Amino acid sequence: MNATFKQARVAKFAHRNRVNSLATVLALSAMAFGLFWLFWILIETVRLGIGGLSIATLTEMTPPPNEEGGLLNAIYGSFLMVGLATCVGTPIGVMAGIYLAEFDTESWFASLTRFVNDILLSAPSIVIGLFVYAIVVSRFKSFSGYAGILALSLIVIPVVIRTTENMLQLVPAGLREAAYALGAPKWKVILSITLKAARAGVITGVLLAVARIAGETAPLLFTSLSNQFWTSSLGEPMASLPVTIFKFAMSPYENWQKLAWAGVFLITAAVLVLNILARILTREKI
Amino acid sequence: MSTTLVHGDPPSRSTSNTANRAMKSQPNPVKRPRTGPMADRIFGWVAKGAAVTALVLLIAILTSLTISAWPAISKYGLSFLLSTTWDPVKDEYGGLVMIYGTIATSFIALIIAVPVSFGIALFLTELSPSWLKRPLGTAIELLAAVPSIVYGMWGLLVFGPVLATYVQQPLQAAFDGVPYLGAFVSGPPVGIGLLSAGIILAIMIIPFIAAVMRDVFEVTPPLLKESAYGLGATTWEVVYKVVLPYTKTGVIGGIMLGLGRAIGETMAVTFVIGNFNQLDSLSLFQAANSITSALANEFAEASEGLHQASLMYLGLVLFFITFVILSCSKILLSQLKKGEGKKT
Amino acid sequence: MKISFARAALPVAITSVFGFVGLAGAQEITGAGASFPAPIYAKWASDYNKATGVKVNYQSIGSGGGIKQIDSKTVDFGASDAPLTDEVLAKKGQLQFPTVIGGVVPVVNIKGIAPGQLKLTGKLLGDIYLGSVARWNDPAIKALNPTLALPDSAIAQVRRADGSGTSFLFTNYLSKVNPEWKSKVGEGTAVNWPVGAGGKGNEGVAAFVSRLPNSIGYVEYSYVKQNKMTYAIMQNSAGAFVAPDDLTFKAAAAGADWSKSFYQILTNQPGNDSWPITGATFILMHTKQDKPANATETLKFFSWAYKNGDTTAAALDYVPMPKSVVAAIEKAWGDIKDTAGKPVAFK
Repeated sequence: MNATFKQARVAKFAHRNRVNSLATVLALSAMAFGLFWLFWILIETVRLGIGGLSIATLTEMTPPPNEEGGLLNAIYGSFLMVGLATCVGTPIGVMAGIYLAEFDTESWFASLTRFVNDILLSAPSIVIGLFVYAIVVSRFKSFSGYAGILALSLIVIPVVIRTTENMLQLVPAGLREAAYALGAPKWKVILSITLKAARAGVITGVLLAVARIAGETAPLLFTSLSNQFWTSSLGEPMASLPVTIFKFAMSPYENWQKLAWAGVFLITAAVLVLNILARILTREKI
Repeated sequence: MSTTLVHGDPPSRSTSNTANRAMKSQPNPVKRPRTGPMADRIFGWVAKGAAVTALVLLIAILTSLTISAWPAISKYGLSFLLSTTWDPVKDEYGGLVMIYGTIATSFIALIIAVPVSFGIALFLTELSPSWLKRPLGTAIELLAAVPSIVYGMWGLLVFGPVLATYVQQPLQAAFDGVPYLGAFVSGPPVGIGLLSAGIILAIMIIPFIAAVMRDVFEVTPPLLKESAYGLGATTWEVVYKVVLPYTKTGVIGGIMLGLGRAIGETMAVTFVIGNFNQLDSLSLFQAANSITSALANEFAEASEGLHQASLMYLGLVLFFITFVILSCSKILLSQLKKGEGKKT
Repeated sequence: MKISFARAALPVAITSVFGFVGLAGAQEITGAGASFPAPIYAKWASDYNKATGVKVNYQSIGSGGGIKQIDSKTVDFGASDAPLTDEVLAKKGQLQFPTVIGGVVPVVNIKGIAPGQLKLTGKLLGDIYLGSVARWNDPAIKALNPTLALPDSAIAQVRRADGSGTSFLFTNYLSKVNPEWKSKVGEGTAVNWPVGAGGKGNEGVAAFVSRLPNSIGYVEYSYVKQNKMTYAIMQNSAGAFVAPDDLTFKAAAAGADWSKSFYQILTNQPGNDSWPITGATFILMHTKQDKPANATETLKFFSWAYKNGDTTAAALDYVPMPKSVVAAIEKAWGDIKDTAGKPVAFK
């Protein structure tokens, strides 16, 4: 009897071990799979982008075909619009996420808001661009940087709401209750304790949103249009890197194509640097 | 001593004179703390206002879409969803080709991306040495940093030809003549079509799903995992039976984030899907069209009238598809949650 | 707590400062529309900016987009490859005038066939795009090219996925020379193509054609020259086979009578040297201007371009308008009036 039990136990353990090894191998290959695509795309981007990158790229304006030039107006426009859109969208998104995680988790209103938010997450960016076109550009009869910022922030908000709420929900209740027991008011508990505990995840959410809007072309096509020249005024059409890349990559002119790949390289590098910076700044300080 | 409590007086049991004098000499005993219920209420209103913004936004977008789509809705009604004609010259439109394309490419993308993201998250949280976690995690997130238009260009110029030569042509040769599977791989093996678009979408959404899954796995209380390890569970069992159920809301949330990206992706799909407004075959290699791709290609040119209204109608249909998918996932989640105990 | 709030507010403050710095920026002219002339408008705008400091910002969003935007007055001028009829213009209160001329060229990718070797007629081209001529060694193609070694393979047709003026010119020409095309498909910036994979933009079509063996597509002439593609030569209405270049485009344009109306479609024009798929591209402006200052700047820009932009246009493979037509155009500008009824000045 004992022997068969022991045999069964050993067999069962061997089976579990096998399953575990299989899972490990699959996980490793999944990681390798992801990295493979990453390296392939990155190598292509770097190879084609570095070639077009020079001091001129960062200091001159977008040129007409077959002339040397740079991407300065596009870089500035992207920087401005992405930065302001994040500044506009993040507070709204974080506050809404706080509401859904801390104030009102169960009611029909909360469920409806979560549902609506998920629908907005899947809204194609071009629909958002057309919507902003209808209410801002047609109304004011001009393409402008403001419209572009509005369109981008409408993409940021659902992403930040979703990730903030998820991250806040995962903070253990004990942490909150300890703070309440010490007499802290609710808003202080949320801002100083819960949000801080979920900080890394919330930052991930904001970064995901920034990464997404940094590369978005469709919502900017009908809102900020683009601009061949330098402008720092938000009331005028503004150049942006994705739209400029789109325009240049689709052309037959070699100088434009080189600039397009240089622009791609710049966006990718900027988002990477942002990622690393944010990780460093939100590192757990012991 | 009379013990009638005056409002504001701290309840006192002591009757000694010094204590009373000490208490009476306090100017205004229970002063309202500065951070009182008012601050909480204002904070609550601000938060609620932000949450309402999302609702208002969706209603505004849907209203704007419906108004623009009204000519098409009133003309076609629901038959729009079943017709495959798309003829701008004769002014006849039907959305089935685009709807099929959107659903098929997103489905392919999910099938590829979810297991891969799960594997990546599993690796990053349980298997990798701690010095490797950060760089690898950043590396995966880097995939999200690549602008969508690059995926389109890379897909068309680099990936497409490779797919054609190394995947599509061998597959076609292998399944030549097989009755049902053969139909799936018929069609011109030129590297564009549903399969191409699906694979590129999968690569695009892997970083989103993997990043959320990893963050959510990492926040699992170590106590839960260590208890399981202490009982002798293997790594796989810990992840599958302890971590995953604990984080299932977050995991499903991450998958929804990725799916949303896939359904709404415009630029990458437009380059490689082939923009073919006919639905002749089941083949995955056949050029097709998706809703976002049709919107991007044709909106700027569409004349005010039935063409533009039909495109807006397609946008509405996209929202509806999202609605259906999300409802199904909510039902799935609630079924899963039924098995849990009540949350304290 | 205070520290992190300040940390959060800092980037907001910095970016806002950048945003508001230029609020009192100089006014500039905005135009949008066809992608076909976008390169030359960009070059002219850059040279004009160097000469006068005025910024003319043109963005290519497609001919239909240009028409839509000028209708809603979100831009100062629109651009379209497909001209509007005079009745439609009168109804909308706009006028149009041509700026440059160019051609659409069929390109192929067949092993062993060099640029300029393959001969095609319009009717045959239409049949290929209808799908009725499906293989390269079809007798109809062989009859035109008896000396070429045409393979026995299926033709992979490539066309534009997005709506475009290039497609308009191509389908307009096919409708003129192939009755079956006219009845089955018709003409337009976007049509219901019976066969063919759709490439996005000229670049997409060019990429498909260069990668798909035995394929055929159509692109603007500048693409053919810049990418050194294998073009086909076409038979024009006079029966002669011509190759695409600025001389054959000019010949096609010479037959047009611009004095009656600027609504001229230059496909299938008479003349021994005419390229059959030629077209001009047009600018649209309102006749009643709410912003006469912007209209003045726009007209000044185009007047400058007609005077000084010919060599740059030719360098980018466009054909500039003949001087006689320019005179007629500038005369027509007298119809652009401000709200008081006075013609807008542009000298």
